[in-house]
Amino acid sequence: MKRLLSSLVAVLVALTFLANASLAGEVKVGVVLPMTGLVAAFGQSAWKGIKLAQSMEPKTKNGCKVKLILLDNKGMKVETANAVSKLITDNHVRAIIGAITSSDTMAGAPIAEKHHIPMITSSATNPLVTKGKKYISRACFIDPFQGAVAAKYARNKLHAKTAAVMIERDQDYSVGLAHAFIKAFKKLGGKIVAVEFFQSTDQDYSAQISDIKAKHPDIIYMPSYYQEIALFARQARQYGLKQPILAGDGAEAEALIKIGGKAVEGLTFTTHFDPHAAATPLTVKFIKLYEKKYGTPPDAMAALGADAYFILVQAINKAGGCNAKPEKINYYIRHTKNFKGVTGTITIDPKTGNAIKSAVIRKVKNGKFVYVTTVNP
Amino acid sequence: MNLTIVLQQLVNGISLGSLYGLVAIGYTMVYGVIRLINFAHGDIMMVGMYFAFTGIAMLFLPWWAAFLLSMLASALVGVIIDRVAYKPLRNASRISALITAIGVSFFLENSFLVIYGGVPKAFPVPSVFGGAINIHGVIFPNIAIITPIVAMIFLMILLFILHKTKYGMAMRALSFDFETVRIMGVNVDLVISMVFAIGSFLAALSGIFWAMRYPAINPLIGIMPGLKAFAAAVLGGIGSVTGAAIGGFIIGISEILVVALFPSLAGYKDAFAFLFLIFVLLFKPTGIMGEDLERGRF
Amino acid sequence: MKLDRNNILTALSIALFFLFVWWANHHLTSYAVRIWEDTLIFLMLSAGYNLINGVTGQFSLEPNGFVAIGAYVTAILILTPAQKESMFIIEPMVPWLANLHMSFLPALIIGGIVTAIVGFLLGFPVFRVRGDYLAIVTLGFGLTIRVVSNNTITITNGSLGLKGIPTYTNIWWCAVWVVIAMIVIMRIVDSAFGRAMKAIRDDEDAAIAMGINTLWMKQIAFVTAAFFEGVGGGLLASLITIISPTVFTFFLTFELLIIIVVGGLGSMTGTAIATVLVVWGSELLRVVEQPMNIFGLHIPGIPGMRMVVFSILLIVIMIFAREGIMGQKEFSWDWLFNKFKGKRA
Repeated sequence: MKRLLSSLVAVLVALTFLANASLAGEVKVGVVLPMTGLVAAFGQSAWKGIKLAQSMEPKTKNGCKVKLILLDNKGMKVETANAVSKLITDNHVRAIIGAITSSDTMAGAPIAEKHHIPMITSSATNPLVTKGKKYISRACFIDPFQGAVAAKYARNKLHAKTAAVMIERDQDYSVGLAHAFIKAFKKLGGKIVAVEFFQSTDQDYSAQISDIKAKHPDIIYMPSYYQEIALFARQARQYGLKQPILAGDGAEAEALIKIGGKAVEGLTFTTHFDPHAAATPLTVKFIKLYEKKYGTPPDAMAALGADAYFILVQAINKAGGCNAKPEKINYYIRHTKNFKGVTGTITIDPKTGNAIKSAVIRKVKNGKFVYVTTVNP
Repeated sequence: MNLTIVLQQLVNGISLGSLYGLVAIGYTMVYGVIRLINFAHGDIMMVGMYFAFTGIAMLFLPWWAAFLLSMLASALVGVIIDRVAYKPLRNASRISALITAIGVSFFLENSFLVIYGGVPKAFPVPSVFGGAINIHGVIFPNIAIITPIVAMIFLMILLFILHKTKYGMAMRALSFDFETVRIMGVNVDLVISMVFAIGSFLAALSGIFWAMRYPAINPLIGIMPGLKAFAAAVLGGIGSVTGAAIGGFIIGISEILVVALFPSLAGYKDAFAFLFLIFVLLFKPTGIMGEDLERGRF
Repeated sequence: MKLDRNNILTALSIALFFLFVWWANHHLTSYAVRIWEDTLIFLMLSAGYNLINGVTGQFSLEPNGFVAIGAYVTAILILTPAQKESMFIIEPMVPWLANLHMSFLPALIIGGIVTAIVGFLLGFPVFRVRGDYLAIVTLGFGLTIRVVSNNTITITNGSLGLKGIPTYTNIWWCAVWVVIAMIVIMRIVDSAFGRAMKAIRDDEDAAIAMGINTLWMKQIAFVTAAFFEGVGGGLLASLITIISPTVFTFFLTFELLIIIVVGGLGSMTGTAIATVLVVWGSELLRVVEQPMNIFGLHIPGIPGMRMVVFSILLIVIMIFAREGIMGQKEFSWDWLFNKFKGKRA
């Protein structure tokens, strides 16, 4: 046993050196994503987007290859912190993309901050992620903005006076976004008649549906992920709950329509981009290549992952390409201005590190996502 | 809270309960025969879902063929798991076997995660099972009606096998006295394999109906229903097939009714089955139908 | 404590261990230091876990619950009132907790004590059942703690978790606590209590017949483990600076279980060796997820392979090497000297 284990370790050590042996002329970029565990779906989507973005722009200025080092954080905070630490001190990366969820990102952020390595997250929308941090930026908008956009749309366009809110209690994304929506909706004179809770592993919403049905809201706001929204919509329609459902960017995925079928028809959600409206040339190119490579259109996670990559590469180029220093890369990430990315035109606020970008409202029509409107910040 | 809603929830609870029941049967039979909590049993549910998904969405089989093949393949997986991971440990302590079972469970989850990816797949629901009937405002989704019926049919078949066939009798005998049965020349390993096959077959059946009820499947989907089904098996008195089915109904119905009657407690739903279980273990440690923990019977 | 050869040697090796910590802190990369911090915290958690599972033979699956309690209590105590106010956006924190604030050491100790009290209260109902039932009931407890922490929003901030926890934890904190935990646990194992615990493990009915109060013996093991798992949780919370219910899933228990099984159920020496192997191994195993070139053969990285390898490892150990590295044996100076003498003779 002992001998077996020690030889195993020896082999692993040897393999580490093999894997780490790097060629000259590379810019190493760390990627920390949940490839396994409960949020693996998002990490895997983002990775697809990042990989495709890399194949579209594999080199920096002066012809250096961008080398991506992907580490799995299993959707766990301890692992995220370890991974970020490893990437910085072991792999000597010059920048990091990741992580997916706000709380994971926040577990890794202090380490990047301490070592002055820029970290750009594709999809952590909690306002606290970048708060007080100099080296953490993001390619997406934050919860309060998205919640306000949904509330405005519900009040002004759908003329909803009352709303029910479905909150996925164990997802900070859902809780944060719901909170932002409720605040904005009340401010606009609306009334919240029901707040229902459920859990990620739940698949049965009949109890919540019965309760909502009894309270007759004008709309239902469900900031959650596509799987839950689709299942909820199916059951809601089955049980005769016919109110319009409004959701957040977590709804955007082909699987929403595949799982939800006719039930998600008319479902409206706020999101980051629409391939047809207000698209940049990069949007068009990216979607075409993505469909060619993976056979499905990209979801929000993939598109945002790609944007994080493109913003980073642009910053590396501005910072000097091959020899770009992390400090400088960070400076140029934070000074990204009117960058025409996959998810629209992005400007990053140098002070906060938050992306300033417009939100898009889309809905499901005839089994397809269609563009409704754009809301500028 | 009016009558319609209560009825509505009852329909829901019964169909959810029959799914828990089907899974619980596998736990109870395996435990009855080799005294092992087959931790990986919930994951067999997931395996069944993915096999059926592969059959319909990737091999384009007609749904009934895909379902049947998936159940048979899952039964085979169950047998292989027993032969590879549990059989070498028959004479080891029960704890060793339990730890191995936890290992098998993680192995199934993670290998399916590697093979199919973590992105939830949309389970293709055959149109027969879609739709719903509306009777005086109470809505009966087709699947909610079909599920308990199918569960009942398979429960009857199983009881027939257990009580009227030679192998069924061997299974029951094994749960009473393992050693004597072995000495009497029964091919014990074959019988145990059959127990695993039956349990996994039913778990896959339950998984498929689960997937049609909630048509988004992912590799970790089996964990929660698996745990709750185990709670159901214990509640019903582990070792008792009828008890397992009843336990499943109780857990399913009470879980849904609690959320319906006390929406503020909805967040505690997952803990509920376990509190129930602890309560039962403390006051009636043998469960509802069970006689004695050390002497299971079907 | 007598000043005999063995005690002097133990004191010396502890001094040597601290010397290593000092050296590591100054000469290793911050990544390596971090993994050592993880290793030490995990060692503390698994040593406690092994006291119940290995030494006392009560197979239970609750550590994630205990770690969660310790982490939350410590985090709540070391966060400043201002931080708490800005964090609790859904509902404000209950006032008596919101204004509590103290330094790290008392917070850790209180975290440990609260966890120990919970363990003590939990012990009464759960030890009414044995064997697999105990496993499943304690598994339910771990799950319940997570569900509760998701729902008691005015205390734990629900799924949003506690963020920006001050980073007091460093390798010194971990090292000192590990030494305390190991000394306490080893002394329990070597005492009359320890022998009674082992008697319960080997044959509970015989232990009862011999007049051992099995419930109290189990309680001593359980409460000790709970205390150190609670403190470990506190150290972990301050190390990762953010906690939420998802940190304390069953995966955490699974990792600790692998450690104590690999090391040998019942052997603290084995636990120590296994913790180093598993924590570092899991970092080194990242290799299997990276694309690599071996002798010109390109193998693409397969994300998720690490966990597959780990689960296979667990199964293989259980089937072929159930004893783990050390079995139930412990390292002791006497054993070492006997070995030397044996060689010379």
